[in-house]
Amino acid sequence: MPIQILYLLLASLLPMQLPAESEVIGFEALVNQLHVNSYKEKEAIIKQIATLKDSRKVTILQTMQDGDLYYRQSDKKIVYRKKTGDQYRITDVLSKQDLGLVDSGTIKKIKVNNKLRRILRSVVARLSLEDDDVDVRLTAVNNIVKNINDSGAELLRESMPAEQDEDVRAAMKTGIALMDVLSDEPSVRHEAVDVLAQSVYPAAKSRLEDILEKDEAGNYIETDVQLLKKARSGIENIDSKLEVYSFLETAFFGLSLGSVLLLIAVGLAITFGVMGVINMAHGELMMIGAYTTYVVQLMMPNHIDYSLFVAIPLAFVVAGLFGVAIERSVIRFLYGRPLETLLATFGISLILQQMVRSIFSPLNRSVATPEWMSGSFEVNAALSLTYNRFYVIIFSLLVFFFLLALLKKTSLGLQVRAVSQNRPMAKAMGVRSEWVDALTFGLGSGIAGVAGVALSQLTNVGPNLGQTYIIDSFMVVVFGGVGNLWGTFVSAMSLGVFNKFLEPSTGAVLAKILVLVLIILFIQKRPRGMFPQKGRAVEN
Amino acid sequence: MLGRLLFNKLLHDDKGGDRMLTVLLAVMVLVPVLNLLVPESSVFHLSTYTVTLLGKYLTFALLAIALDLVWGYCGILSLGHGAFFALGGYAMGMYLMRQIGDRGVYGNAELPDFMVFLNWSELPWYWSGFDMFWFAMAMVVIVPGLLAYVFGWLAFRSRVTGVYLSIITQALTYALMLAFFRNEMGFGGNNGLTDFKDILGFDLQSDVTRIVLFTVSGLALLGAYLLSRYIVNSKFGRVVVAIRDAEDRTRFIGYNVEQYKLWIFVLSAVLAGIAGALYVPQVGIINPGEFSPLNSIELAIWVAIGGRGTLYGAVIGAILVNYAKTYFTGALPEVWLFALGGLFVVVTLFLPRGLVGLFDKRRKRSAEVQT
Repeated sequence: MPIQILYLLLASLLPMQLPAESEVIGFEALVNQLHVNSYKEKEAIIKQIATLKDSRKVTILQTMQDGDLYYRQSDKKIVYRKKTGDQYRITDVLSKQDLGLVDSGTIKKIKVNNKLRRILRSVVARLSLEDDDVDVRLTAVNNIVKNINDSGAELLRESMPAEQDEDVRAAMKTGIALMDVLSDEPSVRHEAVDVLAQSVYPAAKSRLEDILEKDEAGNYIETDVQLLKKARSGIENIDSKLEVYSFLETAFFGLSLGSVLLLIAVGLAITFGVMGVINMAHGELMMIGAYTTYVVQLMMPNHIDYSLFVAIPLAFVVAGLFGVAIERSVIRFLYGRPLETLLATFGISLILQQMVRSIFSPLNRSVATPEWMSGSFEVNAALSLTYNRFYVIIFSLLVFFFLLALLKKTSLGLQVRAVSQNRPMAKAMGVRSEWVDALTFGLGSGIAGVAGVALSQLTNVGPNLGQTYIIDSFMVVVFGGVGNLWGTFVSAMSLGVFNKFLEPSTGAVLAKILVLVLIILFIQKRPRGMFPQKGRAVEN
Repeated sequence: MLGRLLFNKLLHDDKGGDRMLTVLLAVMVLVPVLNLLVPESSVFHLSTYTVTLLGKYLTFALLAIALDLVWGYCGILSLGHGAFFALGGYAMGMYLMRQIGDRGVYGNAELPDFMVFLNWSELPWYWSGFDMFWFAMAMVVIVPGLLAYVFGWLAFRSRVTGVYLSIITQALTYALMLAFFRNEMGFGGNNGLTDFKDILGFDLQSDVTRIVLFTVSGLALLGAYLLSRYIVNSKFGRVVVAIRDAEDRTRFIGYNVEQYKLWIFVLSAVLAGIAGALYVPQVGIINPGEFSPLNSIELAIWVAIGGRGTLYGAVIGAILVNYAKTYFTGALPEVWLFALGGLFVVVTLFLPRGLVGLFDKRRKRSAEVQT
């Protein structure tokens, strides 16, 4: 500890310098010496690196702290490594140059002991607090606040005057207040309690609760009555805030579940809703979409970040072709016999499942998540929204409005609606109804494939993927009202939100059961869903 | 004598049923003889494993008759009949569970093993009474019947028909499956009820008990067939068929369509429950998997393959498909789903009246040639 403080003092005393040519060379030379064995020497190098101004230093030191920094044994070049299959892809930390794939034996870890790790942590924290990027600074502050201690508070106190951003300042204030509460000075404590009462950090609330602690006889340990009062109202304030945030979070979860339901149901809304075909193989078409994603990622292992953009159109085409094939070979013989269609398509679903089992094995396949989809957007300490849920919401809306536009604005959409409303009349007007049937079914199936790409990011990709979702998707369509895309939209979103708001009090499974029972009862009341199609054409 | 008369009257116009029942009776006589009287060394000896397998097929056939009654004769394609079957099975399973007594792993006389495992201190109220055979048997009939009554009353009254009905029956069995998977429900959760020891004091593993269970299954099938035949031949049955063919017209003539549908649905659920109750002691386990929608849909295909609206077609379909399933899952497991899926497609496309329809057609044709 003393060394750390000494070092902190030293570092803060050193004047900031503009990087010069010689300094860049010095920096690189220093980094290249990091492979030395002696921890003492490493410590000295780190301290020197910290004083130099170079944009690469934070990442390097952070990686070193995490124990992920390596050097190549042949030329002692310092490298990052990334696991790729059985081998590692290494990159020069200075030039960011790709040095190719190597076996684990050719690189060696730069060892870090506890003392060094501690030093690195404080250096990295300090450097991050000075970073130009607000997000980096905020993350750094949050990390300090999470494990707040005296030196952390000290660090925050030093950086606070220079900080311009409001959010970061607020977080810093909370961190400082967390330590100030423990001080002996009454005025400092009062002020700190006021600050904490405005904060939604979990630590803030537990600090306030500590103040309200009682001894065994049931009396408050704290003697300052005023402070007790403040702490109590502070907790109330925090609780009411947290309630709002947890409501927002649940609503967000609900919307994202609703979007998943919308995605899996909207294809069915076309085949079932518009064409009246009970397609029990719908789930398996989603499964095909998910497996397409898997295959795409297999073929481009180095470009996982872009794989989804390839997979989405490809899944649409693959699943769509399957759909057209199913329609042409089986379903077209069964129009007007919905129950038979149900059985036949169920047979197809079994065949597709077994096909996937035979080709890809019955085990689940792992589909990677692109980097830009992982992580979360932190609104504040109490509310963070994960990016993948965001993207699902956006994606499902895109798909939905694409379909809506296709049906309402294009000539294909016009023909589809014409055939679904009055087949003989549409034929008489020159619509090639068979062609339209095949295309419509292909469209619905293609959308199922696209939904499968999204599902591959959310659940396990395996032969049972389709069966897991088929009942849900039928429920959504039936609940919304057959033949009505907006009905499907409203139904998916409301079921998703309803489900998520039930979950905290009932648990996930019971919530699902309740939703199912509710739908069953609802259908008794409104046999044609929330938004039934009107007109005589609907009867039979 | 009276029985023979009854047979003749019921099966008067039912050549297929007559033949099927003749075969059934012959099997019911032959199987015990081959299993118990023929020595094990003989080639004609029938292993107890086979007897149990046959007994299982018979309960499936009974289940198929139950579905044929509502689907073939009333046009209600229930995709939730597995639920009634499983409920009957659970009622029987609960009785068998209570019969284990203190012979379980934990040796608790009062609580089944899984409850001890979950740290439950007493039996939930809905388990009381299941130590009595008559009570359990009453529940086998009452629980599925009541569920069917409530569900049917709601659904038929609001005129949920066709595909919608199929989908919500599927949702029903799916919801029940999820519910029974929960440990908190008190039905053994994931593992279900198993490790049964004896029934009415007789060891479930003994050959004689197996033969008796087989015979009882056969008799139940026989009884259910005759009852169903009686019903579809009666005036009630005619109205039911009329509802299948033209529901609105039947309603306009003045029949209370909902009541007819409701009672045939309830009867069918009760038969399915009995089938489940006979199934459980023979296979020795009941778990929530029996509720899975897949099972109920598979059931529909047994009936479709055999030929719906004939009753004996359902029996033939159930036994054939299940025999094929036993064979394929043993010999060529990869092929089974392909075969089953293919069967679904081929039957719906090319055999709308099932296998039975195939033979009927031939018979009609030969009759035409003769005249």
